[in-house]
Amino acid sequence: MDFNLSEERQMMKDTAERFIRDQYPIEQRHEASKSELGFSRAMWREFADLGLIGALIPPAVDGFGGTGEDIALVFEALGRGLVVEPFLATGILGASSLIDIGDKATLGAVIAGECLLALAHGEPGGRYELSHVKTEAAQSDAGWKITGLKSVVANGCRADSLIVSARIAGEVDAEEGLALFRVDPRQPGVARRTYGTIDGGSAAEITLDGAVGEPIGVPGEAYAMIERAIGRGVLAVSAEALGAMEVAKDLTLEYLKTRVQFGKPIGANQVLQHRMVDMLIEIEQVRSCLMLAASTLDLKGGEADRATRERNLSAVKHLVGRVGRLVAEETIQMHGGVAMTWEMALPHYAKRIVMIDHQFGDTDHHLERFIRFSREVA
Amino acid sequence: MDLSYTAEEQAFRDDVRDWLKECLSPRLVTKVRKAQRLTKADYDEWHSLLATREWMAWHWPTEHGGTGWTPVQKHIFEEEMAVAGAPRIVPFGVNMLGPVLIQYGTQAQKDTYLPRILSGEDWWAQGYSEPGAGSDLASLKTKAIWDGDHYIVNGQKTWTTLAHFANRMFCLVRTDPFAAKPQQGISFLLIDLDNPGIEIRPIYTLEGEHEVNEVFLTDVRVPVENLVGPENDGWTVAKYLLNYERTGIAGVGASKQALVELKRIAATERKDGRALAEDPLFAARMARLEIDLMGMEIFNLRVVAAAGEGKLPGAESSLLKIKGTQVRQEITDLMRRAVGPYAAPDLPEAFDEGWNGDAPGSDYALALARSYFNMRKTSIYGGSNEIQRNIVAKHLLGF
Repeated sequence: MDFNLSEERQMMKDTAERFIRDQYPIEQRHEASKSELGFSRAMWREFADLGLIGALIPPAVDGFGGTGEDIALVFEALGRGLVVEPFLATGILGASSLIDIGDKATLGAVIAGECLLALAHGEPGGRYELSHVKTEAAQSDAGWKITGLKSVVANGCRADSLIVSARIAGEVDAEEGLALFRVDPRQPGVARRTYGTIDGGSAAEITLDGAVGEPIGVPGEAYAMIERAIGRGVLAVSAEALGAMEVAKDLTLEYLKTRVQFGKPIGANQVLQHRMVDMLIEIEQVRSCLMLAASTLDLKGGEADRATRERNLSAVKHLVGRVGRLVAEETIQMHGGVAMTWEMALPHYAKRIVMIDHQFGDTDHHLERFIRFSREVA
Repeated sequence: MDLSYTAEEQAFRDDVRDWLKECLSPRLVTKVRKAQRLTKADYDEWHSLLATREWMAWHWPTEHGGTGWTPVQKHIFEEEMAVAGAPRIVPFGVNMLGPVLIQYGTQAQKDTYLPRILSGEDWWAQGYSEPGAGSDLASLKTKAIWDGDHYIVNGQKTWTTLAHFANRMFCLVRTDPFAAKPQQGISFLLIDLDNPGIEIRPIYTLEGEHEVNEVFLTDVRVPVENLVGPENDGWTVAKYLLNYERTGIAGVGASKQALVELKRIAATERKDGRALAEDPLFAARMARLEIDLMGMEIFNLRVVAAAGEGKLPGAESSLLKIKGTQVRQEITDLMRRAVGPYAAPDLPEAFDEGWNGDAPGSDYALALARSYFNMRKTSIYGGSNEIQRNIVAKHLLGF
């Protein structure tokens, strides 16, 4: 066992954290978030130049990272800055299946910051079930045509290319019969309705009406690819939550030491000190489970590997949901009234932390999933 | 970063496991598994067994007979002891006094006492708490007064775990009642319990067991060479020891084994026509706990590894103590609830060696409520969890 980061990873972590701390002030983040695009193209290019997109992509497809550890490092740094640029949609969810099939051309453009992706997978009524796909794909002379509805697709409106899941066979909740397609969003069969999300991001409802798609991998056997993409996503947002929780904790600590009431800093009260300590412990627990999940993300042998990998991912996501809510609520409470204002940074962290519980399955969903995979591991 | 065990670490685990399987007596394992009362002879047997492999002292430098293990090896050893059903290693001599003597003891003290700790010849008790000095340890009143080449000690110690098995006690005493601060004027003395003037009285704990004691000291004569560290500077020594007391206090190995037992019980007990383990609510409670424990295990290893080889973590060990005891208590809570009404029957005789009677319910149910109540102590002893939070607030959060 070795808990130390390699020199290269330590450098990457330092670079990412320093850049985000110095070059990514929250006012600028808000401005980018509220803009038409929902993020800053200039900033995205800078992130690409720093190598932070490539750090999410494995060397086999010309990236320079892509392991669980890399993803965790990058996203913890992104979480510290509440970064709104589409790392998750493009570098994780969109890129995942392309990594699986070795599409170097597209990934090269992704790494350079020149191609934006989105994974259009979730559907109305599907909640967090990965196999819940009603969208259908049928093969005709003109190729595959896809029809269906996709919901809350992160970065769905900005993507240059959509990765769309669809069913070619089987019942609605079956793992068999799923396929992934690359879909050009600028065709008549694709309609997108975009909206901002409460945590500063953007998403879209996407209607596909006979949209033309090009298969990724073997149609009908895409479930494993979808699971891997979402697994990477779970790890990424868990790390992002950790980074955001660290900052929320630090902001609160600072506030407790400076805010004076009854003639002394409110942090002089033992009740608040103890609550901070409990929060600190739980955040360290998240970090520990995250390290575990990161270390098993790349297991891809047989069913046993899959069970271990998915079990550890669900463990950390469950904990992120549980601890995230604690941290968000406690840090707001300890700040008092000012935490209810837009002007303070803290509530924006709290919003992102809580909304992460709504991505890829909440704390209960992952507890159930943990139980299911635990039975397979045992 | 690599969270998998290396080949060497795996080989070490195999060695420990094989050795325990071969050498640990089935009689002891049965007693531990049934939570039966361990006698002094039982502990002595276990300690002597460890001594044959020179595995008694994990925390000591090798030149004093320590194992020289890495944090990961210590973790593996702790796990394997729990898996094998070994008794705990009584910590007072080897984990607490040993490191103190190595740091602060005179050469004569080291030469005299360290080998006797390793061999199990001496059984030390911890004379820290007093009736008026619990969390506020520095308010202790037991006093020691110079008389030629002796101290005369008068006072009372309490919560003295297994003092009825001990032949010696390390003790915090007040040598300067006029010191400016309560922490000053305290000294660290080694006391022979065979001395006249010492009386040990049992305290029966809430489940009716004799594990802790009161120790009364009346005009006890202690040679001045039994002073450890400078006179009136015993608080420094005391704190050094407390840090050691908290190592391993997370009890990850024991909790992991307890979780295995909880799962076994939940697989056996029935609810609504199926195993309790299949009940969604109970399964969820167990799973939450298991996730906490998974985090705890990595957290524990991280902290110990970060402290560096042979060094101790500082206030981080307080974080481990809080979370570790919470998890441990939570497990005993679920175990108690798992057996339903059969948690209630209490047969004190069932915890004597060789008991062969019939339990009203399942055998395994008998110890569960007792264990639940007994484990309440873990968030109180070794500095209550509230005191640990104070320590973290001061040293890690800068309050």
